[in-house]
Amino acid sequence: MRGKVHKFGDDINTDYIISGKYKFKTLDMGELSTHLFEDLVPDFYRKVKQGDMIVSGENFGCGSSREQAPLVIRGAGISCVLARSFARIFYRNSINVGLPLVECDTGGIEEGDVLEVDLEGGVVRNDSRGESIEFKPLPPVKARILGEGGLARYIKLHGGFPSE
Amino acid sequence: MGKTIAEKILSSKSNRDARAGDIVIARVDLLMAQDGTAPLAIRAFEDMGGTDVWNPERISLVLDHNAPSPSESVSRIHDGIREFARSQGIGKLYDIGCGVCHQLMPEQGHVHPGDLVIGADSHTCTYGALNAFATGVGSTDAAAVMRTGSLWLRVPSTASIVLDGELPRGVFAKDVILGVIGRVGASGATYMSMEFSGELVSSLGVDARMTICNMGVEMGAKTAMMESDGKTGEFVGGRCGNPVSPDPDASYAWEIEFDAGAMEPLVARPHRVDDVVPVGELAGTGIQQAFLGTCTNGRLEDLRVAAGMLRGNRVSEGTRLIVAPASREVLKGAIRDGTFEALVESGAVFVAPGCGPCVGTHAGVPGDGESVISTANRNFKGRMGNGLASIYLASPATVAASAIAGEITDPRDYL
Repeated sequence: MRGKVHKFGDDINTDYIISGKYKFKTLDMGELSTHLFEDLVPDFYRKVKQGDMIVSGENFGCGSSREQAPLVIRGAGISCVLARSFARIFYRNSINVGLPLVECDTGGIEEGDVLEVDLEGGVVRNDSRGESIEFKPLPPVKARILGEGGLARYIKLHGGFPSE
Repeated sequence: MGKTIAEKILSSKSNRDARAGDIVIARVDLLMAQDGTAPLAIRAFEDMGGTDVWNPERISLVLDHNAPSPSESVSRIHDGIREFARSQGIGKLYDIGCGVCHQLMPEQGHVHPGDLVIGADSHTCTYGALNAFATGVGSTDAAAVMRTGSLWLRVPSTASIVLDGELPRGVFAKDVILGVIGRVGASGATYMSMEFSGELVSSLGVDARMTICNMGVEMGAKTAMMESDGKTGEFVGGRCGNPVSPDPDASYAWEIEFDAGAMEPLVARPHRVDDVVPVGELAGTGIQQAFLGTCTNGRLEDLRVAAGMLRGNRVSEGTRLIVAPASREVLKGAIRDGTFEALVESGAVFVAPGCGPCVGTHAGVPGDGESVISTANRNFKGRMGNGLASIYLASPATVAASAIAGEITDPRDYL
């Protein structure tokens, strides 16, 4: 995966990703995606190109359990979210809907950098800075769910959860 | 090595010796989803090839986040949930006005000590006050439980929070948990189980214990738990389940202690739940809206504290006080004991039992530039539906005092 970086800070909560007031408006994630991050960056949706990446600090996705959060990130064309740490419900939801996450040291990545992410190899190459960041690839259970494009498809195909 | 409450419950639900860090597939006792998460769960259930849910008796659906419906699109969402409940034979459908899911599950007897409860709502950790391992998930995980009756979970490591001492006048369970959050931080317990113990916990009733466990997720916790005791037993009546205590040699990732006797009323400032300061630092901040309610502080004892202060007083001109009882039972109790009348006489506006304006969908969206003081659990920018409003979080007593004064006020001035 290769994409340009949109950088955010620490503790980005799910209300900032998609405000609670919209989640009842529609179940069409394409339509909801136009409101991605709008309380933080007006018109953010227009600035995203297919394949772009979100880079953040600690505790990305904290707050509510709304699955609309990873769905609208994916729906806006974001290919991957990188953060120093993720809130646990957001983490589960992302794997379950097929949005790749990378937990790594994001301190040296800046807005506009171009990254190449190798999920299985566990390495992020920052082409803009000529640097590489290593990370621990997903544990097998989660990698298998993500590999099938999410939990719904996994269960449909296999009838239950992956074993360790 | 001994086990924590979390390790014991997840061992029992997965039939293996589960330790922190292990991934288990655990049997679920109760699955709950609400009107914000159920629609995507139903869709995911169908995407999984689901036809019949694993056990309709162990599933509850609650219409609380946007109820009664304010629009056609929400009405369609609600109808979809009602139809799913009908077609699947799910009897525990709580329609509009029954109350907030996290009040209803314990109050209606669906949670027992030792249970594993999965809820498609982040504040599911509330039921840890009844000694259940209760955790929030998203819609697809909820769908997986509907389909299989189980879920994969990483067994969390546990933090021990010891709360000692007695609460001084004017200090409540909400102040205690805000104090803990201020110290631990918004991500200080990410992925963890928090075990609350100590003489303060023993002295508090189940309502106040739920206030504390409710906000575990504001520190990133997976679950927030307490031991079962006589008060828990009384609350759950004959449904005492299998109470679980930690082993004396259980292993904790870290431990902190608080002396409640040294605490004072606290407020979380906009726009972070862990930006907590003594109420005195904010005294005089003008308030246009005050909100009493939610799964954190919408129970009868919360409404009584506020009514005790508002009786004989008036909500300040220029300030609106909105009250959302956490359930119909809470509302009925408030009508019976005069709490309802005292609040209405003081100028408070009641909205339907449920989430009220907490999540910004209806029933009291603040105006541009306004400041709100609320008993809820989140003060993120835009949380109540307007990104130009500021939200302060506090106890019911501090909210009532501030509603009377029209500005943030120390409740000890009115007690």
